[in-house]
Amino acid sequence: MSTTRPQTELQLGRVGDPATRHDATPKVTGEFAYSSDLNAAGMLWGVTVRSPHAHAKIVELDISQAVRLPGVHAVLTHGDVPGQKTYGLEFADQPVLAAERVRYYGEPVALVAAEEPEQARRAAAAVRVEYELLEPVVDMERATEQPPLHPDRPTMAHGYREDDRPNVVRHLVIRHGDPDADGDVTVSGVYDVGIQDQAFLGPESGLAVPDGEGGVDIYVATQWLHVDRDQVAPCLGLPPEQVRIHLAGVGGAFGGREDLSMQIHGALLALHTKRPVKIVYNREESFFGHVHRHPARIWCEHRATRAGELVNVQMRILLDGGAYASSSTAVTSNAACFAIGPYKVANALIESTCVYTNNPPCGAMRGFGAVQTCFATEAQMDLLATELGIDPVELRLLNALEPGDALPTGQVVRGSLPTREVIRRAAALPLPDEEPLPRDPLRLPGGAGNTTTGEGVRRGVGFALGFKNICYSEGFDDFCTARVQLGADGSAVVHSAAAEVGQGVAGVILQVARTELGTDDVALAPHTTAAVGSAGSASASRMTWMAAGAVRDACRAALEERERSGGEVDVERVYRHPRTTPLDAETGQITGERAHVALAVAAMRVVVEVDVELGLTRVVWIGTAQDVGKALNPLAVEGQIEGGTAQGLGLALMEEIVTRDGEILNASFTDYLLPTTLDMPPVDIALVEVPEPDAPYGVKGVGEPPTVVSTAAILSAMRTATGRPLTRVPVRPDDICL
Amino acid sequence: MKIRLTVNGESREADVWAGESLLTALRDTLELPGSKNACEQGECGSCSVLLDGDLVCSCLVLAAQADGHEVTTVEGLRSEDGLHRVQQAFVEAGAVQCGFCTPGLVVATAALLERVPSPSDDVIREELSGNLCRCTGYAKIFDAVRLAASRA
Repeated sequence: MSTTRPQTELQLGRVGDPATRHDATPKVTGEFAYSSDLNAAGMLWGVTVRSPHAHAKIVELDISQAVRLPGVHAVLTHGDVPGQKTYGLEFADQPVLAAERVRYYGEPVALVAAEEPEQARRAAAAVRVEYELLEPVVDMERATEQPPLHPDRPTMAHGYREDDRPNVVRHLVIRHGDPDADGDVTVSGVYDVGIQDQAFLGPESGLAVPDGEGGVDIYVATQWLHVDRDQVAPCLGLPPEQVRIHLAGVGGAFGGREDLSMQIHGALLALHTKRPVKIVYNREESFFGHVHRHPARIWCEHRATRAGELVNVQMRILLDGGAYASSSTAVTSNAACFAIGPYKVANALIESTCVYTNNPPCGAMRGFGAVQTCFATEAQMDLLATELGIDPVELRLLNALEPGDALPTGQVVRGSLPTREVIRRAAALPLPDEEPLPRDPLRLPGGAGNTTTGEGVRRGVGFALGFKNICYSEGFDDFCTARVQLGADGSAVVHSAAAEVGQGVAGVILQVARTELGTDDVALAPHTTAAVGSAGSASASRMTWMAAGAVRDACRAALEERERSGGEVDVERVYRHPRTTPLDAETGQITGERAHVALAVAAMRVVVEVDVELGLTRVVWIGTAQDVGKALNPLAVEGQIEGGTAQGLGLALMEEIVTRDGEILNASFTDYLLPTTLDMPPVDIALVEVPEPDAPYGVKGVGEPPTVVSTAAILSAMRTATGRPLTRVPVRPDDICL
Repeated sequence: MKIRLTVNGESREADVWAGESLLTALRDTLELPGSKNACEQGECGSCSVLLDGDLVCSCLVLAAQADGHEVTTVEGLRSEDGLHRVQQAFVEAGAVQCGFCTPGLVVATAALLERVPSPSDDVIREELSGNLCRCTGYAKIFDAVRLAASRA
């Protein structure tokens, strides 16, 4: 947990340089301490007892056998939670430990701490829970007619549209122009998206250490230290200052660490046993340990003039939120607000609904609602292009949304949004030549199999646009804090709670500080709630923007302070982006200047080969242009684009959590497939830099747009190759066998 | 049960139970947490080590099977002269993001370049297909492998 000094032999980098990571060396040598690598003297191991049912009443909970087993120090249940019994990112609707009822498969019911992990697992198996099974709510289309899973309706009366139907998490309607406006042509479709998992490689884990004075230190992999603290402390019955959250090494996040996992559980066990307690989920448990990307069904109707101008877009979006609210209300809104893509449309009616079910809880995942709608709306744009006989790229150029145009929420685009430039740059990337047959089976769809010599291979080229907001929205009071200490010797230490989850924000912080302070002698202090105010979440493509703003301001203030007073300086500054206001609950229209801070667009061109006899796909090549504002570190930006693209490829071709009556059937990397080196093609990248006027250095977040666009772009190419409509992702072999 | 093995050139002893994996023994008993546990099914390659020079998933090898054998982990690649050329290439190429897959990929790449000093892109793809990375999309990892190969 020592202060990380950058490696002097590496390229340190100022703003705009392709700097190498400050933590790359400890990561390649194995010395970097992830949350699962932590140990403490006298440490116990914690294990979570989870529900084997998606919906059931707990009739009896008997821990008497478990507590008597060797090595066991504690077995805790609902009654042992000393403070608030429920928690949640936005609404406290999720029990710390289930009381009378379980609402999803894998829901935590009890906790065990023991000397050895194996002892803890045996004791967990000895906790006897008698369940009375209840009919699970598993069909999102029927959920609003079934008995409510949360009769107290935790998400209602928060300024959203009132909706009396049972199990509605949020219902948003955006009414723009004349919803009855007609065009010359109409295309319609229904699109389905499966449940995607973040599948970060480092499973949920952490270490809770009691401080001997009633408080606790929690070392954990998370995305937002302060909001963790603010959820943990009330459940422990402690004031926030007695709960200190420290960022341990994070093995990827992608939204899946926004919600709590082991934080409260570890702290409960640690405070109860007065011993440090470590909890590490295995891969199976990780599938129950975090929320997933919402599965969706989306009904679309696009009307346009004969010349190709969009006249009216109607979309109805249904999202399955699973058992608890998590960030579903915001996902519902994002899905709606960016549903039609970066296109100018005078009339639109968009309805977005998220429901509670007994399926796995869903929440934040990279793209946050925009992935699902992009897949649907871009398929519609291709359909329209075919219907009109217009080139799909030309159709997108014709309708491109640019500064000065209005979104369906009525918000006028004021910042940077180079949609046409992004389209043109992506469309201009040269395609690879067709590869002759026969060829090495490694270069055929399906890889190494020797079943065919490629007779069934069809090539297709596709194109899509992705569109999403940057930063939090709808009036959320978002801010980011940074603290800078200048030593008498000219050295500097930056404190920030911005979560380094692999995306490289720690490097950005150092680059900004070096730039502003004009020195390379800058160190980054550990990320902790104990030494600095909140940085907000590493989410919503906001962290680089917000941290860069806060660190820049704190550095400038520190220099001024030193000018004034001389000697050592210690200043903290809070940065805020331009304020947003909520959407009108009835019309979905803006109530102020803007509901969203800024916007970003990406375009992607894809070549696929589909073997229509085997039902296998090879993505041959991907070219993309992305609106990045200003690349603070081009090397890291490329890494975000390549990695984000791979996650979209996964959703297009293979990634899906399969459930039956709410039970996850494929909670392993054997059965939940992720893209490998054989699946990912080369990605040609064009960075489009048009500075965002409201952002520090003109930056825009870059993490999400590639994930938003790539699923849609790959599907576009697969439709060209097969001639099939392909209205569901991930695509299954049956869908593409001709 | 007691096992004796050579880890990163050093003779070590460990007290393990019969069902314990080599990965658990390395991480929890031998205090070498560099090898990562991400799937425990041999699917992700994050726990890759060399067993008598062969690349294995240490989660699929019993600790007892390593008794009397030689194990090299990511911690053993660095020499007194500095980083292994594969480690250095991963740093320079930007092949590291969250880094959880990195130890396994570094060991797998080192093993590949021992056998095939100048692998083609297709060979790199096939040889590293047992190592999952969720952050990078692999492009910069390929860059790192090519860079390390060029410095043989």
